[in-house]
Amino acid sequence: MGHDAQETDAAAAVDFKEVQSTEQFKELRKRHRSFVFPMSIAFLLWYFAYVLLADYAVEFMSTKVWGNINIGLILGLLQFVTTFAITGWYVSYSNRKLDPIASEIRHGIEGHEFDKHGNPVGGAAK
Amino acid sequence: MTLMVPAVNVAALKDTTLLNMGIFALFVAVTMVIVFRASRNNKTAADYYAAGRSFTGSQNGTAIAGDYLSAASFLGITGAIAINGYDGFMYSIGFLVAWLVALLLVAELLRNTGKFTMADVLSFRLKQRPVRIAAAISTLAVCFFYLLAQMAGAGSLISLLLGISDWGGQALVIVVVGVLMIMYVLIGGMKGTTWVQIIKAMLLIAGAAVMTFWVLAIYGFNLSDLLGGAAETAKNPAVLNPGLQYGKSDTSKLDFMSLGLALVLGTAALPHVLMRFYTVPTAKEARKSVVWSIWLIGIFYLFTLVLGYGAAALVGADTIKSAPGGVNSAAPLLAFHLGGPLLLGFISAVAFATILAVVAGLTITAAASFAHDIYANVLAKGKADAGTEVKVARRTVVVIGLLAIAGGIFANGQNVAFLVALAFAVAASANLPTILYSLFWRRFTTQGALWSMYGGLSAAIILIALSPVVSGAKTSMIPGANFAVFPLSNPGIVSIPLAFFLGWLGTVLDKRKEDATKQAEMEVRSLTGVGAEKATNH
Repeated sequence: MGHDAQETDAAAAVDFKEVQSTEQFKELRKRHRSFVFPMSIAFLLWYFAYVLLADYAVEFMSTKVWGNINIGLILGLLQFVTTFAITGWYVSYSNRKLDPIASEIRHGIEGHEFDKHGNPVGGAAK
Repeated sequence: MTLMVPAVNVAALKDTTLLNMGIFALFVAVTMVIVFRASRNNKTAADYYAAGRSFTGSQNGTAIAGDYLSAASFLGITGAIAINGYDGFMYSIGFLVAWLVALLLVAELLRNTGKFTMADVLSFRLKQRPVRIAAAISTLAVCFFYLLAQMAGAGSLISLLLGISDWGGQALVIVVVGVLMIMYVLIGGMKGTTWVQIIKAMLLIAGAAVMTFWVLAIYGFNLSDLLGGAAETAKNPAVLNPGLQYGKSDTSKLDFMSLGLALVLGTAALPHVLMRFYTVPTAKEARKSVVWSIWLIGIFYLFTLVLGYGAAALVGADTIKSAPGGVNSAAPLLAFHLGGPLLLGFISAVAFATILAVVAGLTITAAASFAHDIYANVLAKGKADAGTEVKVARRTVVVIGLLAIAGGIFANGQNVAFLVALAFAVAASANLPTILYSLFWRRFTTQGALWSMYGGLSAAIILIALSPVVSGAKTSMIPGANFAVFPLSNPGIVSIPLAFFLGWLGTVLDKRKEDATKQAEMEVRSLTGVGAEKATNH
């Protein structure tokens, strides 16, 4: 786990334009963007809605709900909850939808340029 | 429940100076041993800058939390909540939510396309030299402001924690902090620095956890009672509501929006945070690092909410404000109230360790950027061998360390929070648009990158210079003068959209087209990890 990167420095001899135009890669890019873009817009809107409320709707935010706990505190804590939730959601989405297809493409490229048992070439220290 | 409001005897703090120093010396001794051990494998540039890419996601995530939870976070946010109540809490939300930008849009793609520095990614498919120089300049600018903030913070902390109040004594401590930091980075490189971050993060989070548990136990684990206690001690129920600090006027409200924008967009563009993603072997581990750091940082900020209101309730805003160190003293005073000299000593030592570790992380980032981007790729035109490059990096560490010491002595007493917010605003303006455009916008060109980076960088710095932070107000850096034509103390709301706009404008007006093959390579590599830099084997 995590050390599947001990492979080959295949990047040099790959036709990346060809890879970019394959359906498989287009699918990966679509899956990635269709998750991260809407999600980024959503959490930024939610965050700025919260900031605007705290800035300009002080009375609403000061409404006490339970004991001394007011709407402002609840919405603030909800920001924590949504941050944790989006983090978990993204990780599970990547594991299910992105990683398998990404490593398939990667192995396809690297297997193409070198034989499967080819020795690792080069290191990071170049 | 009737609560006595006990007076914290500030004079008694001085008696704990020796204990504080002892605990701090222990931390330095332990980390030095670790740094020496870590330095044995520092052979190549990848070892020195990126710790051989051998850290796991959880280790790196802890180190990122260590980098991020600076003294400004711990002491600053606790103090802000203790004094200004709810408005202090809003800082921590911006600092946390910002990590989603890093997680979703930046971390993995950056790990897959770069080697050591932010400039590696930005110049990947654009013209190498000009883009690399621009990225290195903005890296150095952000690191410099952040560094200055930490060193200035060291000075004001000392007055409280070690009971050294004269200027010369504080300067001496800044020199000691600077020299220690130079040694860490010089000897340990990224690996040593990372271990210092990890140890410090664990100590800081553990210390905050103990105090949080303690405060909650006093209030029978009832958050509502704790809040009630804070409002009662402050004799002002408004500490529980937003607006105490930023609700004063329309300008201050706008200022808060501006700050919020800079905080949420700045994190994913901080060069010392970005560089940490190269210390792990794969993009998957980079993702794990961010997940770890989001959890650690989020939980820590929840602690600071309790600690801030705890300090407001148990110590009281007046005592905090009149203590040496002012607002920053809320957390240490609360520690003293709860656990006496021993807990104060521990928390103080952790606060020092925090400054030391963050400064070390910034220094190695700045040195890597200078040696790798400016020296190796621009001055030596890529012909320098790795050994020479690391030698240059080590010399740069010494130079930056000396500059930080001098700057820290000069900036001692300056407003720390302003310098940190400036670093965030500069990072968000100068770096983020180009990072996002070059990763996601196929048409993006060199001209767009240069306009966006230089435009964002100069807009942020010029607006700061013309703001009330520098002149025209009682708390300004130059209180006598008044050339503050820009009313907000944070430039983000103007400079960040401007930088995005300039990136777009520069691109659509550019007659040159960038190499489509390079664009294809960057896109494929960023999403699949083909040809990404590997871990070195030891």
